[in-house]
Amino acid sequence: MSDVDASGSGQQNLLGAALKSPSFMIGLVLTLIFTAGALLSFIWTPFEVDGVDIPNRLKCPPVQEWIWGLNFPGWGTNWFASWRCASAPQYLLGTDHFGRDVLSMVMVGARTSIAVAVVAVGIGIVLGVPLGLAAAARRGSLLDEIIMRTNDLVFAFPALLIAILITAVFGPSAVNAIIAIGIFNIPVFARLTRGAALSLWTREFVLAARVAGKGPVLISFEHILPNILNLLIVQGTIQFSLGILAEAALSYVGLGAQPPIPSWGRMLAEAQTMIAIAPHLALFPGFAIVLTVLGLNLMGDGLRDILDPKLRREKR
Amino acid sequence: MAIFIGKRLISLVLSLIAASLVVFFVIEVIPGDPASFMLGLNASPETVEALRQQMGLNLPLWERYFNWAGGLLRWEFGTSYTYKVPVSDLVSDRIWISLPLALYALALSTLIAFPVGILAASKRNSPADVGIMGATQLGIAVPNFWFAMLLVLAFAISLRWFSAGGFPGWEEGFFAGMKALTLPAIALALPQASILARVMRSSLLDTLSEDYIRTARAKGLSRKQTLWRHALRNALIPVLTIIGLQFSFLLAGAIIIENVFFLPGLGRLVFQGITQRDLIVVKSVVMLLVFAVIVVTFVVDIAYGIADPRLRGQRR
Repeated sequence: MSDVDASGSGQQNLLGAALKSPSFMIGLVLTLIFTAGALLSFIWTPFEVDGVDIPNRLKCPPVQEWIWGLNFPGWGTNWFASWRCASAPQYLLGTDHFGRDVLSMVMVGARTSIAVAVVAVGIGIVLGVPLGLAAAARRGSLLDEIIMRTNDLVFAFPALLIAILITAVFGPSAVNAIIAIGIFNIPVFARLTRGAALSLWTREFVLAARVAGKGPVLISFEHILPNILNLLIVQGTIQFSLGILAEAALSYVGLGAQPPIPSWGRMLAEAQTMIAIAPHLALFPGFAIVLTVLGLNLMGDGLRDILDPKLRREKR
Repeated sequence: MAIFIGKRLISLVLSLIAASLVVFFVIEVIPGDPASFMLGLNASPETVEALRQQMGLNLPLWERYFNWAGGLLRWEFGTSYTYKVPVSDLVSDRIWISLPLALYALALSTLIAFPVGILAASKRNSPADVGIMGATQLGIAVPNFWFAMLLVLAFAISLRWFSAGGFPGWEEGFFAGMKALTLPAIALALPQASILARVMRSSLLDTLSEDYIRTARAKGLSRKQTLWRHALRNALIPVLTIIGLQFSFLLAGAIIIENVFFLPGLGRLVFQGITQRDLIVVKSVVMLLVFAVIVVTFVVDIAYGIADPRLRGQRR
C-alpha cells in the first residue's frame, strides 16, 4: 500500500492545512456540535423527550419574549403579532403543544437524522464501491455494462420516488427511509469509484502489480481502493448532508421515522399546523437541519481541498 | 447525428421498459396480495376476490404486466380504488398544478442563478463573489419545505400578501393561479438556484481560463467584452444540462411542496394514495414521474449532442 501518493505531505502538513482552511474548521465545529448533541441525548437531555407538561404548553423561548419586550414601533400591528408570547425560563427553546421541551426534542432528533444518514451512506459505500471497482476492473465487459446501466436506471428515479414506492408497499418507517436513501447512494458511489478507478488502472504501479501476478480483486482492494479513499471520504460527507435533507423531507411528509421517535422533519410537520400561533416551533428544527447540512457541506469542501490538492477544482 | 439520436432512442426505450418493470414488480409482486393489502385486515374473502378480479390479479404475471404497460401507452392507468374514477382523469386534473409549478420554479431558479453566477465569476474573489458563494452555500443547506414554511410565516401570515395555501383553480384566471403558485415556486427554486448559480460561476471561470479567451483579450477586447461575447455562450452548455436535470428534481420536489401549501397536485394525490392504500394511484403517479424524468434526461442528452458535436461519439 506504499503507492498511496504521499507527494511529500505528511500527517503534519495535513493537520496544518486543516487548521488553515476556514470552511473545514467551521464545518467541523458545526458537525461536532450536532454530533455531540446527538450523543449527549443518549445519556442526558434537559427534560424527558416525551415529558408532557400541559400547564407550560406552547411556551416560547425566553429570548423571544425578551425581544418582544423591547417593543419596537410596529411590533403590535399584525406583522409580528404572532411572535408575542409568554416564556417559561426553564425551557430554553420553548415547548410544543403538549408542553414537551423543544431543545430535548431537537437533540434526540439529531440522533435520528444522523443515524439514518450514516446508515444510508454506509449502504451506498458498502454496495456501490465494490460494484464500481468490479466495473472498472472489467471495463467494457458485459458486467461493466450491466452495472452501469442499472446505475443509470436507479439514477432516473429521484430518491423521493423510491421512498414513496417503498413506503407505499412496506409502510412508513425509519428503516424504509434508510433503505430508500441508501439505494439512491449506491449509484453515486459506484459511478465515482468506477471513474476514479479507471484512470488508476492505466498507471504504472497497477501494471507493476499485475506483472507481479496479482489478480484484479487483489489489485482493486490493495492498490486502487487506498488511492480513491480521499474521494470517497469527500463524497461520503456530501452524501451524508444530502441524506439528512432527504430524511427530513421524508419525515416531513410522514414517510420517515414514526412517532414516538422524534425527528426534525416530523417536528416541522407538527409545527406547520401551529405556525400562526407558535412560530418558534417551526424555527428550531429548521435551524438544526440547516446548520448540520451547512456544516457537512463546508467540511466536505474543505476536505476536498485538504486531501486532494490535485483534484482541487473550482468550488461548485 | 442520426446514429447518435438512434442510440439514445434505443437507450430511452430500454430505460422506460426497465423502469416500468421495476415499478410493476415492487408494487405487484413483493408485498404478497395487493388486493388484500388494499382492503385491509377486515375485508371479507368475497370482496378481496372481487377486487382481484377487477385488478386482473388472477391472470398470469406476464399478462398482467403487458396489460398494465399497454394501458400506460394508451394513457389508461386503471381505476382508482378509492375515488372510483379512472386514474387518468385524476392525473389529468392534477398535472396542471404540478407541471406549471415545476416550470415556474425552473424559470425563477434560472432567472436568479444566471445574473448571480455571472456576477460572481466576473468579480472573482471580490467581496461580492465571497458573499454570493456564502449565500449559495446556505441556500443549498435549506430544506425547501422549511423555506416554504418561513415564506408562509412572512408573506401569508404576517404581511398577508399571499394566501397560506390552496389553489383557486385556473378558471379563476391566469394571474390568480400564478399568484397561488408563487410562494411554492420560490420555495422550490431557492436551493436549485443556489446550485445553478454555483455551476454557472464555475463553468464561466473554466471557460475564462481557456486559450481562446486569452487570444480575445490579446486582440484588445476588455474583460467585460470577452465575458459577454465569447465566454458566456460556451459556458452555457454545462449549465443547460444542469437545468434539464433540475427539472426532474423540481417535479419530485413539487410533491413535497404541494403538501406545505395544500395544492391539489400530483403530490397530494400520491400521498393520499399511500394513506388510503390505493396502490393503483401510487403506481401510476410514480410511473408517470419516472417517465417524465427519463424523457427529460433524453431530451437534455440530445440537446447536448446538438450543442456540442464532440460529445456525439462518446458515452456519458
